[in-house]
Amino acid sequence: MKIHQLSLFLENKPGQMTEPCRVLARAGIDIRTLTLADTQRFGILRLIVSDWQQARGLLEDAGYVVNITEVVAVEVADRPGGLAGLLDLFEGSDVNIEYMYAFTFGREGRAVLIFRFDNPDGAIERLRAAGLNVLADVEVYHRIAV
Amino acid sequence: MKWEEPGGTFHAASAPDYIPRPQMRELQLARLRAVVRRAYDHVRHFRERLDARGFTPPDVRTLEDIAHLPFTTKADLRDTYPFGLFASPMSDVVRLHASSGTTGKPIVVAYTQQDLEVWTSVMVRAFAACGLTHGDIVQNAYGYGLFTGGLGAHYGAEALGATVIPVSGGNTDRQIMVLKDFNVTAICCTPSYFIHLLERAGELGVNIRELPLRVGVFGAEPWTESMRRHIEIEGGIQAFDIYGLSEIIGPGVSIECPYHDGLHVFEDHFYPEVIDPESGRVLADGEEGELVLTTLSKQAMPMIRYRTRDITALASGPCPCGRTVRRIARIGRRSDDMFIIRGINVFPSQIETALLAVEGTLPHYQIILTRVRGLDAMEVQVEVTPEVFSDKIGALETLHDRLLYALDQTLGLRVEVTLVAPRSIQRSEGKAKRVIDRRNLSSEARHEDSPTIALPRK
Repeated sequence: MKIHQLSLFLENKPGQMTEPCRVLARAGIDIRTLTLADTQRFGILRLIVSDWQQARGLLEDAGYVVNITEVVAVEVADRPGGLAGLLDLFEGSDVNIEYMYAFTFGREGRAVLIFRFDNPDGAIERLRAAGLNVLADVEVYHRIAV
Repeated sequence: MKWEEPGGTFHAASAPDYIPRPQMRELQLARLRAVVRRAYDHVRHFRERLDARGFTPPDVRTLEDIAHLPFTTKADLRDTYPFGLFASPMSDVVRLHASSGTTGKPIVVAYTQQDLEVWTSVMVRAFAACGLTHGDIVQNAYGYGLFTGGLGAHYGAEALGATVIPVSGGNTDRQIMVLKDFNVTAICCTPSYFIHLLERAGELGVNIRELPLRVGVFGAEPWTESMRRHIEIEGGIQAFDIYGLSEIIGPGVSIECPYHDGLHVFEDHFYPEVIDPESGRVLADGEEGELVLTTLSKQAMPMIRYRTRDITALASGPCPCGRTVRRIARIGRRSDDMFIIRGINVFPSQIETALLAVEGTLPHYQIILTRVRGLDAMEVQVEVTPEVFSDKIGALETLHDRLLYALDQTLGLRVEVTLVAPRSIQRSEGKAKRVIDRRNLSSEARHEDSPTIALPRK
């Protein structure tokens, strides 16, 4: 139940985000969510899109180096302590979070967390055992589309 | 002035800079025959090449016969690393120096006691041509170490009878303090470093023009007339171009005289030719081509027809200074892709070696050279490839740091590394344009507003 995230290398100068967004827009691909990780020297644009395979092909054709990473999307209650409770699951385990980002969507009271785990299968097992809703690509798309 | 030749020969008139041409050619021929014999007898690499041509040392009958001898290239030095071209046993070698080669390994050069004496004597003649004498106080800001610049200038200035301050390179504020407090009258360094010194002195409120400094002996990198103008006006000094290379001896192969119209070659020790770099044909005086040098008196490491890759032309006409030795035009460019940064020779192939070692494959890259506040700066832009790209920041930062470390280790030089987007470096139709040199452009642009003042020369 892992979803596919696209990562793009961006140079640290103005206007770098515009072109990849345009490429996706022209093909009618929706960006579900994104995060930009940046350093003083460069940035990495991470995207979750409606059709990752088509998006990858288009971006590669446009000259981008695209990295596909399997990440885990979890639906949680959008209330204080929602994330903390989830993180407790990994306390003392061998699962490590490389990075994460979060977004809310149309459904009231719910949020989606995207995790990059070093051991995604172990993480999914723990999340499921705790009764949490781990989302598939198509679900992420629909949740946000509501 | 009396001149004592190393080895004891005594010339009554003056330094060999002034001897009549026929006498010089006679001396050159005798020394050429001896050095070819020496290389043939002691350097297998050279002997095999001569044998392959069916040429023997006695076949050198005139100076023009030098054209029959094979060239020596940087590749020969690399292939025989480290000591393969030595013509003296190590027991007779009293000093080793090294400079960068085309790949990771340096080029090693050797000197016997007599070689060092020759080197010192040509440096004395070089300093004398710049108007320096035993009363001068010389701040030697060339780096001391494997680089030939530091020790070459040091012993030359000492033998001249000048007072030498062996301050070596770097530590700019201390350089300015020494310049100011020690009544320095002459400085040796790279021209770009002197421009840096001028700028830093300005920041510290020190006006170099008001100091006793009157002469700068600048070399180890190409520089322009506009840089000279800037240096002379801002520094209130006369700037001299000195040329040399480790493979031949180090600094002291040739020097400008006060007329600044080309550099006099110390022809009694270094025989110059200018060739067509494509065909290898020897060109007439006045024609532009690649400088080829033969060491006429070197013992430890004779260089026969060494291809310097420096582009110049020989001038044989008389110089108003009275020296009879021929001059080479100032060197502005090279016939290969080597460039010089802060006095250090760098080949793009060295950078490729480092990139390849880190990434496993060779990414597209480009070298950008700039001059920031008078100092050369080098940036290596490396395209991010699918093989090395990661969604994790840490992985890319590690890659960046490993590239930086590998380049630092290979070049012995701090450089900047920038990861750039794939296909962002322009592809050219033929040979990739690996080096973008913006140094001269920026210096021209910066100094074009400087007033042109006619300095007392010609």
